[in-house]
Amino acid sequence: MDAPSGFRHPGGGPRRGRGRQAHGPQNPQLFQDTSTVPQHPQGGYEQPPGPGYGPPPQQYAGGYGSPPAPGYSGSPEQHYMGQQLFQDPMAGMAMQYGTSLAGQGKDLVQKNIEKYVSTSKVKDYFDVDTVYVCKKLGLLVFPFTHTEWSVRYQEPVTPRMDINVPDLYIPVMAFVTYILTAGVALGIQNRFTPEQLGIQSSSALVWLIIEMLVIWLSLYITNVQSDIKYLDLVAFCGYKYVGMILSLVAGLIFHSGGYYFALLWSSLTLAFFLVRTLKMKILAQPDGYSQGSGSKSALYMLVFIALVQPLFMWWLTSHIMFVKAPIVNLSGGPY
Amino acid sequence: MAFGLYSLLEAMLLCLNAVCILHEERFLSKFYSDQRGFGEEAGMKTQLLSLIKSIRTVMRVPLVGLNIMTIALKLVFG
Repeated sequence: MDAPSGFRHPGGGPRRGRGRQAHGPQNPQLFQDTSTVPQHPQGGYEQPPGPGYGPPPQQYAGGYGSPPAPGYSGSPEQHYMGQQLFQDPMAGMAMQYGTSLAGQGKDLVQKNIEKYVSTSKVKDYFDVDTVYVCKKLGLLVFPFTHTEWSVRYQEPVTPRMDINVPDLYIPVMAFVTYILTAGVALGIQNRFTPEQLGIQSSSALVWLIIEMLVIWLSLYITNVQSDIKYLDLVAFCGYKYVGMILSLVAGLIFHSGGYYFALLWSSLTLAFFLVRTLKMKILAQPDGYSQGSGSKSALYMLVFIALVQPLFMWWLTSHIMFVKAPIVNLSGGPY
Repeated sequence: MAFGLYSLLEAMLLCLNAVCILHEERFLSKFYSDQRGFGEEAGMKTQLLSLIKSIRTVMRVPLVGLNIMTIALKLVFG
């Protein structure tokens, strides 16, 4: 194969014919181009008509400037290569340009979103695995036997490493499941319309936002010295949806008795879980000096947060369950 | 109680309006005079007062715009 090798650019020294990784500094290729793409030796440009993807767009600024037409005029290999991967080299270049533009656009969007919502930190909260989810759910249902509540301090802390790290996966999933379960419960009571799903979800979301605001304001006003992060708070407020789902399901199966029992049980376990977890976070700081009033109000805050959750749980589920009685009576009597 | 997101926004707007309308001389000065000591005793009252003050400083002008928008929306959509 002397003829193709004769066309090799003296400076680049690329391999021919087999999968190339890089043609040299001007045109690196990121995919295995298995077609034999001869290169014309003209000028300083290396213009393989089967284009490479991906590299920084500055490198192609010079590449776009030179039209491939002069390259095609001379040699027979160009004809052969014209039938290769992309029939139209302009389409190939357009694709390259589009890809680089898309990459730039993505970077721009990422940077702008990063200003408002810290996406990298949010990603940490979703880094869960099955073992963590199972253990955490078990902990939410029965936290009384768990002994070690503090987080082993490593930065950054992801839920994979430690079961005591709050995550956002369970709250998000529990929220969606709660909406669906509420839909099922409403459907069993013949009260379901598709709008109800939207109404329930936006109502639950609104209560969540209100609760978040109230807790954040209270934490700010009582000036509690804690390093509890905002997203941690969202996670902790989201754990009550698990309890709500259990209450709804128990209410569906065992009617009123089951509902109230499950509600009481979930409230108890959630309060216990929150008190133990938040005690670690909020009151963890007094190493040497203990702020007298600070820690007292912190304690009040803690208890307040823990106790307001069952209230919300009852509030959000009761209006789904409370028309149980007429349905039970209706099934017996004439309708 | 089925709230929507729009009700939440309305309620927040009304609360912010209420905070900004508080009269400085007749009402707020009573709370200022109690404690104005510096130092690390950042009690609850001080925090609350500084929160109110910062809300009033920051949100005065944007609130005008938000109120105008809400009034227009209510006029159009009822």
